[in-house]
Amino acid sequence: MNRKLYDKLIFELSKPGRCGYSLPHGDNDDTLAQLPAGLLRLDAPALPEVDEPTVVRHYNNQSTNNFGVDTGFYPLGSCTMKYNPKINELLASDSTLTALHPQQPVETVQGVLEVYWNLQRALSEIGGMADFSLNPFAGAHGELTGMLVIRAYHESRNDSARRRVIIPNSAHGTNPASATIAGYDVVEVQSLADGTVDVEDLKSKLDETVAAVMMTNPNTAGMFEKNIPEIASMVHAAGALLYYDGANLNPMLGIVRPGDMGFDVMHINLHKTFSTPHGGGGPGSGPVGVRAGLEQFLPRPHVVKAADGSFSINCDDCSLGRVSSWMGNFSVIVKALAYIMTMGNDGLCQVGPLATLNANYVMNALNDLYKQPVAGPCKHEFVFDGLADKSTGVTTLNVAKRLLDLGFHAPTIYFPLLFHESLMVEPTETESIETLDNFIAAMRQIAIEAHETPELVKSAPHDTPMAHPDETEAAMNPRLTYSDLCK
Amino acid sequence: MPHPYLPHTASDIEQMLARCGVDNINDLYSDVPTSLRLKDGYNLPESKSEMEVNAAVKALAGYNKPLVCFAGAGAYDHYTPAAVASLVARSEYLTAYTPYQPEISQGTLQYIFEYQSMMTQLTGMDVCNASMYDGATATAEAMMMAVHSAKKRRRVLVSATLDPKVADVVKTYAHYQDITIDVIPAADGVTDRAAMAEMLATGDVAGVILQTPNYYGILEDFDGFADLIHGSKALMIVNSHASTLGVIKPAGQWGADIAVGEAQSLGIPLSYGGPYLGYMCATRALMRKMPGRIVGATTDENGQRVFVLTLQAREQHIRREKATSNICSNQGLMTLYVGIYMSLMGAAGLREVNRLSSSNAHALAAKLQATGKMSLTYPDKPFLNEFVMTLADGITSAQVLNVLRDNGILAGVAIDDNHLLIAATEKRTNDEINAYASIVKTL
Repeated sequence: MNRKLYDKLIFELSKPGRCGYSLPHGDNDDTLAQLPAGLLRLDAPALPEVDEPTVVRHYNNQSTNNFGVDTGFYPLGSCTMKYNPKINELLASDSTLTALHPQQPVETVQGVLEVYWNLQRALSEIGGMADFSLNPFAGAHGELTGMLVIRAYHESRNDSARRRVIIPNSAHGTNPASATIAGYDVVEVQSLADGTVDVEDLKSKLDETVAAVMMTNPNTAGMFEKNIPEIASMVHAAGALLYYDGANLNPMLGIVRPGDMGFDVMHINLHKTFSTPHGGGGPGSGPVGVRAGLEQFLPRPHVVKAADGSFSINCDDCSLGRVSSWMGNFSVIVKALAYIMTMGNDGLCQVGPLATLNANYVMNALNDLYKQPVAGPCKHEFVFDGLADKSTGVTTLNVAKRLLDLGFHAPTIYFPLLFHESLMVEPTETESIETLDNFIAAMRQIAIEAHETPELVKSAPHDTPMAHPDETEAAMNPRLTYSDLCK
Repeated sequence: MPHPYLPHTASDIEQMLARCGVDNINDLYSDVPTSLRLKDGYNLPESKSEMEVNAAVKALAGYNKPLVCFAGAGAYDHYTPAAVASLVARSEYLTAYTPYQPEISQGTLQYIFEYQSMMTQLTGMDVCNASMYDGATATAEAMMMAVHSAKKRRRVLVSATLDPKVADVVKTYAHYQDITIDVIPAADGVTDRAAMAEMLATGDVAGVILQTPNYYGILEDFDGFADLIHGSKALMIVNSHASTLGVIKPAGQWGADIAVGEAQSLGIPLSYGGPYLGYMCATRALMRKMPGRIVGATTDENGQRVFVLTLQAREQHIRREKATSNICSNQGLMTLYVGIYMSLMGAAGLREVNRLSSSNAHALAAKLQATGKMSLTYPDKPFLNEFVMTLADGITSAQVLNVLRDNGILAGVAIDDNHLLIAATEKRTNDEINAYASIVKTL
C-alpha cells in the first residue's frame, strides 16, 4: 500500500465539459420535455465531470491507500478475515447470473434456485438446523430476523408475556440492539472471571417473561461456553428459545454443530466463516437457521424443492413476513456455496481445528509480554488485556497503531468490554506459520519498544500514508460532503 | 491433506502444537463435551478441485434462461460501464473491512465520502449515510427515525402507491415495535392528498412515507405536501429509485426530511436481487438521528485533509440496547459501485440515461396500446421509464408473461390478473420493443 497519501477527491479532478460515459443516441423521441416542469429538478446535481481514464486512475490510486486481506495479515478479532478465494469472484460475476432480474419466472431461474436450495441444505447440515433463510443481508440483519422468528413463535402460542431477552455482557453490541429493534427488553447476564456466562446469574433471571437467551459460542473472549448443555436445558425448561450468534462459528467447523449444542435459532455470517469478501464493510450475508418445528416462521420468500426435483419460491403468509425486497444478496450466496463445494466435508473439518491452532500458537508466543486475562486454551481468537507491564503507559491503542507501521492490520481493540485494554486477535486458518511468526515478532518488538522508546510507540503510526486524525474535530464540526468542504 | 487455502504442513502443525504444549489439536477442544461432538464429519460431498467447482457452478448457471428485461418494480436493467466492474474488483477495496483504522483505510473512507457527496447532490439533502442494505430496509430505518424523532407518536402513514414489497418490510419492522402503519389511499394512481390531510389531522403521526416515481411508475406531485406534513409535526420521507433523481424533482426540493430508496439503478447489476444498496439522506437537523456509518473530513497531525468514521456515539457498538438501529456494517463496496458510476456518468450522463429510458418506455407504451390488447391504466399521469397496462378482456397477465417468456422476453411484473407493470431502460433497442409489441398483437 501507499507510503504517501493519494489525497484527491474525484470532485477536484472535474472540469466542465468532460464526460466519462458513452451511450447510444436512441431512436425514439425525447419525452422528457413533455413532462410537467413542476415535477422536474430545479437544477442539475453538482456531480463531477471526468473522463474515463481519469476516473480509472483516480480509483486505482485511491485503492492503494487501503489495506486488505490480499495486502497482508488482518487479525481483526471477531471478524474472521480469512482469504477470499478468487474463483468465487469469477463465478459470481458470470454474466448469466448477474443479468437475471429477481422477477424472472421461476422456470427460467432454476439454476439460481438450485444455488439457494443447495446452500440452504449445506448450512442446515453445518448448523445442525432444519432449514435456513438466506434473505438477511448481514449479521445484524440475521440477528434481527432471528429475534423476529422467536417473537413469531411465541406469538403463535399466544405467549405474550415473554418480553425480555437475556444477553451476556460479553456480547457483540449488535445483540442488544437487534433484540431492542425486535421490540424486546434486554437483560444482561454477568460473565465469570474466565469470560464465560455466570450460570447462577442466568438461572436467577430465567422465568416466564423471558423469550430468548442470545449466546455467542465460543464467546467474544474466545472461550467455549462449556456449560452449554446445562444452559440449554435451563433455557428450554423456562419455555424460552436459545439463539446462536454465528459470528464465532469458524472454530466450531468440524467440531460441533450449534443445533447439537441445543440452539434453536441461529445466524451465520457468510462473510466470516464462508470466505466471502468483506468489501470494506459490505455486502455481507446473514442467513438464519431454525431447528425442526420453527421452519414456518422463517421470512418469505423462501426457496423450496418439489417432489419432481424442480424448485419454486414459497411466498405463503407466515408469522414473520418479509425482511428484504427480494431474497438477500444472491451473488454473496453463490460465493459461499462455491467455497463449501471447494472445501468439501474434508476441508471444512480442518477449518475449525487449524483456526484454533493458529490462535493458540500466537497467544502462547505472546502471553509473557501481554496480559492474558483468562486461562487458555482459546478457540479461534483470544483477548489480551493490554501489555503485561502497565508501567510504561503504553496503551492498547498505541500497540494497535504501532502494528500499522510494521505492516499489519490492527486487532480489534477495546472489545470485548470485559477488560479495560482489550486487544482481540483472530488469525484465521488461512495464515501460515511464517506470517504468524512475523506478527509475533512485531508484537514482541512493540513490547520491548514500550520499555526502551515508549514515545515511539505512543506517537505511532509513523509509516502510514497519514498521521493521527483529529477525530474530535470531525465530530464537533461535521463536514460530511464535498459541498461542506467548499463552504 | 494439503489444501490451497490452508498453508499448514505436517511439520508446521507439529511445531505449533509444541508451542501450545499439547499433543494434538483435539486437546485444544477439551472443554467441548464429547457427547456434543461431531462424530463422522458433515454429510456433505468431499472437496473438489477448482476446475470441478467451476464446471459445477457453470452448469447451474446454465439452467437459467436470461430474458430481455422489461421488468422493473424496484430493480432496473440499466447499463453498468466496464470501468465500474473493473475497479470494484480491486482487492484493496474488496478484501478490506470496515475502516476502523483510518491510517490504512483512506481508500474506503474517501470513496464513501465521495458517495455521500454525490448522493446528497442527487437527493437535494444535506447528509447521507453508507449503511443501508436495500431500498426496503432503508425505508424501514427511516420509519424508525421518524418515530424516534417524534418521541411519543408511534403512527406512520404509508402511501398506497409505495412498492408493496417495501411496505411489507416496513410493516415487519413496525409490527414488533408497536408502531402503527396506516395506508393513505390512492386516487387515480397517486397518493390521495385529501385523505392524507385527514389522517394527519389526528395529530399522532410521526412520519409519512411517499414514493415518486411511485410503484406504478407515475411521477407524483408533492406540491404543498411538506407544509401539510410539517404542520402536523411529522417527518416527510420520500422514496425514489436513485437513477430517476437525475431528472425528477428530488426529495430535498419537495421539502422532505428524509430521502431513501434503492440505489441499484446506479450501476449495480441485477444479480437476481442482490447485493443492492439502500441510500438514506436527511436534513442536517436529523444528522445525529441517522443510523449506520457516516464518514467525515478532518485533518491529521500533519495538517493533511483525511477522512474518518464519525458521529459514532449514535451507533450500536456504543449504545448497545439504547441504540435506535442495529446497523453495524456499511455497504462499502456497493457505495463504490455507485460512486464510480456517478463519476463516469456525471449529471449529463444521468440525464441521458433517463432520456433514453423514458423515450424507450413511451415508445413501447404507444406500440403496445396500438395492438389493442392493452391500454395505459393511468393515461393522464406523467411517467418516466415505467408504466401500468390494463389488459383487454380475455387476456391475463400470466398469459402475456408466459407467451413473452417463450419468446425470450420478460414482459414485466404482474400487479394482478389483468394489470402489468412494465419498464424500459436505455439498454432496450427498437428491435426488442417491436418484438414485444408484435407478440402482444398475436394474443
